[in-house]
Amino acid sequence: MLELNQLVMDFSGFRAVNGCSFKVDEGTITALIGPNGAGKTTLFNMIAGALKPTSGTITFQGGDITGLPSNELFSKGLVRTFQIPHEFHRLTALENLMMVAPNQPGEALLSNWLSWGRVKAVEKDVEAKAEETLEFLGLTQVAHERAGNLSGGQKKLLELGRTMMTDAKLVLLDEPAAGVNRTLLRKLEEKIEILNKERGYTFILIEHDMEMIEKLCDPVVCMAEGRVLIEGSFQTVRSDPQVLEAYLGETVGAEA
Amino acid sequence: MEFIGLVNYALFMGIFIAIYALLALGLNIQWGFAGLFNAGIAGFFAVGAYTSAIITSAAADGRIGGFELPFLVGWAGAMVAAGLIAWPIGKICLRFRSDYLAIATIGVAEIIRLVIKSEEALTNSARGITGLPRPFGDLPYVESQAAFLLLMIAILFVAYLLVERQFNSPWGRMMRAIRDNELAARAMGKDVEYRRLQAFIFGAALMGLGGALFAHFNRSITPEAIDPMVATFLVWIMLILGGAGNNRGAILGAAVVWIIWSVSEIATDQLPHEYAVKAKYIRLFLIGLLLQLVLRFRPEGLLPEPLRGDQGASRREPKSSARV
Repeated sequence: MLELNQLVMDFSGFRAVNGCSFKVDEGTITALIGPNGAGKTTLFNMIAGALKPTSGTITFQGGDITGLPSNELFSKGLVRTFQIPHEFHRLTALENLMMVAPNQPGEALLSNWLSWGRVKAVEKDVEAKAEETLEFLGLTQVAHERAGNLSGGQKKLLELGRTMMTDAKLVLLDEPAAGVNRTLLRKLEEKIEILNKERGYTFILIEHDMEMIEKLCDPVVCMAEGRVLIEGSFQTVRSDPQVLEAYLGETVGAEA
Repeated sequence: MEFIGLVNYALFMGIFIAIYALLALGLNIQWGFAGLFNAGIAGFFAVGAYTSAIITSAAADGRIGGFELPFLVGWAGAMVAAGLIAWPIGKICLRFRSDYLAIATIGVAEIIRLVIKSEEALTNSARGITGLPRPFGDLPYVESQAAFLLLMIAILFVAYLLVERQFNSPWGRMMRAIRDNELAARAMGKDVEYRRLQAFIFGAALMGLGGALFAHFNRSITPEAIDPMVATFLVWIMLILGGAGNNRGAILGAAVVWIIWSVSEIATDQLPHEYAVKAKYIRLFLIGLLLQLVLRFRPEGLLPEPLRGDQGASRREPKSSARV
């Protein structure tokens, strides 16, 4: 479904991603792990269109999407969340979701003046969908709260909720578990699993929480120093000495 | 001052408040909802004023014009011209971050002012364009002022409704989302550059209309009227004081600031002549002080941005108040 081919990203002399290639199959939940500074988020930003790769190609559902802006990727069904929640802080939680709905007639200036009735009718459907999503996430009680006032965990859920307002195919989650308490985390895992099984979302997630990865993800891709170190099931990756080395930064065992 | 003088003064003030309210509404579209720091309001004001002046004035030697079209055509032309000017400016400048956009727009407004000041064939340079038709200009003085004020109020009301409709629509929601977080808005499929350009042009068109109304009220327009102090910064203070993100706030801000601005002129005129000239600068100080106080004690303005949301939410009283 998604294929990365020799991606390179240079930041004025500093090479954050250095020839990264892997494939993601439809219907999987792929974990992207690696020590801090391995280039995971940079890789995400390239896939999601926030950064243009210095070289290499990205193919999504058979088409080349290298360097396309994120708003065009969104309409192809590639949606992301952010490591640090990027909520629209002065909009309500409900509005945060409603704004995501694609092809709203009310986004054209003229139709708001000329065909207000139709705008309102669509708006009603969008609102119903947003309310349903909030309920699914257990956020109904904060629907009319400014998103900026929500807790960190609630913002994470809201980020996930935004991906549910469109017909997403591939969802990129950047550290969904960071800063989320245990109870909420279990809920989040559950939601991701339901979305994967019932809605057929394919996920790639960057995560440091190994419990969550073990539970949800197969395969696991481990990155270090801008390259893919190893790729495989959770067990394979965990028992690989290179992975330990990358995380601990020291030579472990005889292999290194 | 005798009674009729007071009435005249009030009418005069009302007309100016309505014109400034239009400028503040235009700025509210750009800043309050799209987060665009336009510090070149005077430029769009000038384009509107001169466009309408050229379209409606009588022929004069050495200057283009003499179309003598009705004032309504002039006003429509002013909006179109200001919007057209905003297009390339926005296309180039809107990619800058907000503080750079402010610098770029100040520069553009200054370019427009200098072109107007020096292009004799276009704007009659420093002498300006005179003899513009004024609606209800044939009536006796007080009636004419009153009728003009009513017309201004009607225009302001229509503009308010048109803008308010957009702000309560998905378009407004999208603009506020772009303002709050550009990166996320783009990731949620919104074409940020195009939308910002829309808001910039929409706001500029209202500023152009404000300029045209100003010119026709005075029956003339000269480069002196395009002073960044009164045409740009006063409008900013109006919007910030009234409440950015709130259309009624923009109108209220225009009224409050203009009343202070204009009454302080009367006060300083009462002083002996040698002080009166110096005291003019006290007015600027007063406005600056007011802005400081507002930013310190009520940064969201007199009427803060309402919590919008769905139609139901506006009826329900949300738990958190409108304070950010």
